[in-house]
Amino acid sequence: MAKFLVRRLLSYLVLIFLASSIAYLIAATTLSPRAYFEQQQPPPSDQAIERQLDKLNLNPETPLAERYATWVAGVAVGDFGQTITDQSVNEAIARKAGVSLRLIVAGTVIGATLGVAMGAYAAVRQYGRFDRVTTVAAFFLLAVPAVVVAVTLQVIAVWINDVSGMRLLEYGGEYSANLDAGFWGTLLDRVQHAILPTMALSLSLFAAFSRYQRNMMLDVLGSDFVRTAMAKGLTRRAAMIKHALRTALIPTITYFTFTFGILIANATFTEKIFGWHGMGAWVVDSISTQDVNAVAAVTFFMAVCVMAASFLSDVLYAWLDPRVRVS
Amino acid sequence: MSATSGTAAAEQEQTGAARGPDGVEPPVLEVRDLEVSFPGGRGNAGVTAVRGVSYEVRRGEILGIVGESGSGKSVSSLAAIGLLPDYAQVKGSIRLHGEELLGLDDRTMARKRGHAISMVFQDPLSGLTPVYTVGDQVAEAVRVHNPQISRAAAHKRAVELLTLVGIPDAERRQRSFPHEFSGGMRQRVMIAIAIANDPDVIICDEPTTALDVTIQAQILEVLKAAQRETGAAIVMITHDLGVVAGLVDRVQVMYAGRLVETGTVDDVYYRTRMPYTMGLLGSVPRLDQDEKSPLIPIKGNPPSLTDMPPGCPFAPRCPIAVEACDAGEPPLEQVGGEGHRAACIRAGEIESNSWTAHDVYPVSEIAHDPVSQVPREDRGTVLRVEGLAKHHPLMRGALFKRRVGTVYAVDGLSFDIREGETLGLVGESGCGKSSTLMEILSLDKPQQGTVEVLGKESGRLSNRERFDVRRDVQVVFQDPMSSLDPRMRVFEIIAEPLRTHGYAKDRIRSRVLELMELVGLDGSAVTRSPAEFSGGQRQRIGIARALALEPKLLVLDEPVSALDVSIQAGVINLLEELKARLGLSYLFVAHDLSVVRHIADRVAVMYLGKIVEIGDVQSIYRRPTHPYTKALLSAIPLPDPEKERRREHIVLQGDLPNPADPPSGCRFRTRCQKFAVLSEDDRSACREREPELRHRVEGAADQAAACHYADTEGSR
Ligand code: SF4
Ligand code: SF4
Repeated sequence: MAKFLVRRLLSYLVLIFLASSIAYLIAATTLSPRAYFEQQQPPPSDQAIERQLDKLNLNPETPLAERYATWVAGVAVGDFGQTITDQSVNEAIARKAGVSLRLIVAGTVIGATLGVAMGAYAAVRQYGRFDRVTTVAAFFLLAVPAVVVAVTLQVIAVWINDVSGMRLLEYGGEYSANLDAGFWGTLLDRVQHAILPTMALSLSLFAAFSRYQRNMMLDVLGSDFVRTAMAKGLTRRAAMIKHALRTALIPTITYFTFTFGILIANATFTEKIFGWHGMGAWVVDSISTQDVNAVAAVTFFMAVCVMAASFLSDVLYAWLDPRVRVS
Repeated sequence: MSATSGTAAAEQEQTGAARGPDGVEPPVLEVRDLEVSFPGGRGNAGVTAVRGVSYEVRRGEILGIVGESGSGKSVSSLAAIGLLPDYAQVKGSIRLHGEELLGLDDRTMARKRGHAISMVFQDPLSGLTPVYTVGDQVAEAVRVHNPQISRAAAHKRAVELLTLVGIPDAERRQRSFPHEFSGGMRQRVMIAIAIANDPDVIICDEPTTALDVTIQAQILEVLKAAQRETGAAIVMITHDLGVVAGLVDRVQVMYAGRLVETGTVDDVYYRTRMPYTMGLLGSVPRLDQDEKSPLIPIKGNPPSLTDMPPGCPFAPRCPIAVEACDAGEPPLEQVGGEGHRAACIRAGEIESNSWTAHDVYPVSEIAHDPVSQVPREDRGTVLRVEGLAKHHPLMRGALFKRRVGTVYAVDGLSFDIREGETLGLVGESGCGKSSTLMEILSLDKPQQGTVEVLGKESGRLSNRERFDVRRDVQVVFQDPMSSLDPRMRVFEIIAEPLRTHGYAKDRIRSRVLELMELVGLDGSAVTRSPAEFSGGQRQRIGIARALALEPKLLVLDEPVSALDVSIQAGVINLLEELKARLGLSYLFVAHDLSVVRHIADRVAVMYLGKIVEIGDVQSIYRRPTHPYTKALLSAIPLPDPEKERRREHIVLQGDLPNPADPPSGCRFRTRCQKFAVLSEDDRSACREREPELRHRVEGAADQAAACHYADTEGSR
């Protein structure tokens, strides 16, 4: 079992390396850092631009292989180079990764758990009122783009704030600047800011998961082993949870691995819309500023996230389905 | 909850209660006027699946409930154990030890399920939760009803139970997952779960239907042992009149949601008073009948439960129906012996005239086919298979597949089929009969050996020849419609091969109608889609399609095994008739030896990719010489209570060995009942040398067995 996980982990490391390398190579060939400097006001001299490009390992005159080698050598010792404004990429990552992680982790956990729970319950009560309501809600959310959901949430927040006459929900930034309210006050402030973006992110995940889990659950509900469990003397409820849900969760774990990529893309929009300075927002900005190193670094970060999620599902899978442990 | 003390008490009670006809002891389970209906909605009409069923069982008694699919037999038992879906409406009364079960809430009912009343289901393959070990699942059954018992003690009890139901090395194997167990082993686990808490009633719903015959024999033994151990009353639900014959005390026959005949086994089997029961008994092909008499098919299909005829539900199919039958549903009334009741207004008449099935059902004689008069040697060879082998590589690994072994699916098979002859290829699942069939049908060059169809060798055919051979060899599958577009009309289905082979447009139409008539279907039905037909009719359509091009050889792959017996009989009769009329040859692949005896001229018995015995049907069924053939034949229960009670069954040990790693020497030796009693010296031959297939018996020209110690003279 441990061997299986170690093997998986190794192949993930290779994949992370490949993904960020490809991202670097694509960014290095398609972005044009020179144009960024040429647009500056006042435009710097050609030599100055040349010097700056060389310094940042961005000069298109240098052969691609050489630039790539320099970049890899840096990454190998944990240095992702400098941003186009000559700041440390590492420092930027340190600042922004936490922001994104908080959003992604909270969004995933809330969206997936709620989705699974409500999907499973809807299946048990198939065609009941709960099932119909969640079905309509899920299809609605799936049909509407994540961006629209996020903006709608903002509109609703404004309305709630107006009605209640207080700033209950915040929809810009991650926290209020210059707030001095002690630990609890700061925490409350952060939660107020986090509710909407987290919701925006988890809603689409919730929709997908509740649909998927509902179908998986329906597949096993009528199955013979659930009937056997009840025939043994388990109540319907116990049989549902211990036998049906347990088995129906296994495919959902695999599904989670597949949807995680989309989740990260959604996180990018969410950060942009709610003004969170996370990795997602950063990559959008970096592309517009022709910042090769930053793009590569963010890709690396996202690859790590995806692989971490995959690894987590491997572990969960092995836990839920002990059959893989013995074979 | 100790097993031993429970047993002693149970045995006492059993001898006291079950044999005493005075009925002093109250029944353990008593069902009265049970009615189960599933309300309609969403465009479906409501269905009343069970309409007034009553029965009772006492301790130590075994009650058989027999019926075909849709008769309501399973629904009524699910109602008894409280496992019907919520929307089912149940009326009547179900009493367990006098306590009413209907209307109990799930929590109260759960305390009874698996404790006082338990159930064994049909399909053991899907009956266990795949992600828990079998030990855990048995222990769970112990623990739900004894929460105070420790985990370790529950597991100890689980091992005890698994040993009791015959799982070898239970201590270790309890840690296996269900997928590591064969079907028979899983059914043993299910039985272990059912008896975990010494229940008073065990309901067995077709517990052996999904299993091979030799495994069925094992499971029936286990059930008997379980009953001895727990002294429980058993309700045995089945469609197989053989299974219940030797096992049960009383039997009840269900039709269209009602009981139509009930009584002791002997009464019901020997003094049958209801035409449906007669048909059911007459439609079973039997091992114990030498003579080939046509089976009794019951015409038509069971009524749809949404649209019941007003009178006797069997009237549309009953050959002796009279006008009065349609007046009202005949009540279940006493006829003859104590407790023998039948729901037929003419039951009295049947009794006083002592009519049997043959008096009630008109039987058409099957024409003798002229070819069968010609001696076998003088007939042309339609199919010749010589040393055929098919080995599949066994692969492992997800990304990089590596070969970890070889499955010897078919390993050196030789036989031939002559004109107008039916060869039955029989064996249990995994014996390689389907692989053999696929190899023959592929017309490609086999890995080893040769296949010669109508004198042409597979793999050496030009495209033109292949096309021609394909026309001469047609196949009928178990479910012929599953491979077809369900939206196709019957006409298209039958006409398709004709089109492919370039029939003229105007001839197609008349040919299709001709074929429909040939297989006994109404020509006007060609515009309907297959979904509108019943299983038996669909199989007839499949046969019509296969016959469209006037083939010489028909390959039949389990053509009747999915059908109810009464329907099956009609299809078998049809096949026999067609063979005689059209001079066809059949390769009939089946697992049911009774059916094969009925239809085949010669039979080849396969075990692990090899033929172990081959010869003419008479010789093999009357005087099997290979231990496996003997065991197979002995494992099949006869629908004849007296014979069945007197018979000693040979119960083979264990499961089929892994076909990737067959035993050395004789492949059957791990389970061979003869090997077990051989001296150590004699055994070495079985271990070291592979027995060849050759004639063993003096005077039987056409019988060969692959066993070093095959019987050499007629004894059974
Ligand atoms: S009541 Fe009439 S139709 Fe029904 S079984 Fe008897 S004779 Fe046949
Ligand atoms: S050769 Fe030996 S092991 Fe094989 S069937 Fe005959 S007696 Fe049994």
